[in-house]
Amino acid sequence: MKNRRFLLAGLVVTLLIAGVASFYASSHPDGLEYVAEKTGFLDSADDDPVSTDSPFADYGTKGVDNERLSGGIAGVVGVGLTLLIGGGLFWALRRRGPAEDRDDAAGDVAPAASSPPPVSADAD
Amino acid sequence: MHVPDGFLDAPTSVATGVVAAVGVGVALRKARAELDDRTAPMAGLVAAFVFAGQMINFPVGAGTSGHLLGGALAAVLVGPWTAVLCISVVLMVQALFMADGGLTALGTNISLMALTGALVGYLVFRAALLVLPRRLTSVPVAAAVGAVVSVPTAAALFTVLFAIGGTADVATGKVLTAMVGWHLVIGVGEAVVTALVVGAVLASRPDLVRGARGLATARPALVTTEAAA
Repeated sequence: MKNRRFLLAGLVVTLLIAGVASFYASSHPDGLEYVAEKTGFLDSADDDPVSTDSPFADYGTKGVDNERLSGGIAGVVGVGLTLLIGGGLFWALRRRGPAEDRDDAAGDVAPAASSPPPVSADAD
Repeated sequence: MHVPDGFLDAPTSVATGVVAAVGVGVALRKARAELDDRTAPMAGLVAAFVFAGQMINFPVGAGTSGHLLGGALAAVLVGPWTAVLCISVVLMVQALFMADGGLTALGTNISLMALTGALVGYLVFRAALLVLPRRLTSVPVAAAVGAVVSVPTAAALFTVLFAIGGTADVATGKVLTAMVGWHLVIGVGEAVVTALVVGAVLASRPDLVRGARGLATARPALVTTEAAA
């Protein structure tokens, strides 16, 4: 599978998980919250924590009543933000130049060689 | 395992904030060696995938749930230092935009899930690879071992922080048993997801799994040299 196609497939799976599958996630408290409740320190959480007043707080979308849509939008937005911030950071940090000519790339045969070297495929 | 505001007192939160800042600073330097034109987009995808994966809470019994933390997964796929940055970005987006994990607890959450999750997960993964047979199929297995250890380790570390700076007066032993016990179960889920995802990437693009380097290429390289000789 070529780089671009692999990344695209990964992104589609990621968006489906965040945008669609997340609706079916368990709504039970997570491990920490459950333990906090059972052992009696859940109340020590701030009632009025520092807030950014995000319209996507608690994985919902302000103003969208449909629960499925509200959560789905928040999930997709979160994926987009993570991709933008993470991807931008990693792209800025990367070593410049073609990927092949370093490391123990001696045996980096099949997949790397089959994809053309100027892999700026994601720059669109 | 997202710690909300208020569980830990201010001095402890400041201290974990310093640990997180130093850890992320080191990761920013070291990740350069792991990132190039091919792996940088992959790392962005891994961060996004972990964000999505963390939305899927799976039930673990008794009305409790857990979700992927993703530290071990990211470390195996894109390298430990890049993984620290992946999980840190996820935690930042969650705290800033999703109100998931307190803003004053961001340092705590980065220390527990990004630093501990990714680095412990990676070290255990590496150790497991040493004892497993040297072949590609060992990679998802070793990744699973790293994953299953990383989650209760982070949970135990939370308990240490709670013992030092917890704002509520609850016996540490009680918290420790409950935290480690439940997160061992959650860790099993983490291991399954980690092994499946690493296995799927290995099946389509083994060259994109950093933890498989050396293994992925050993065989074809040997074959070609033998054929040439």
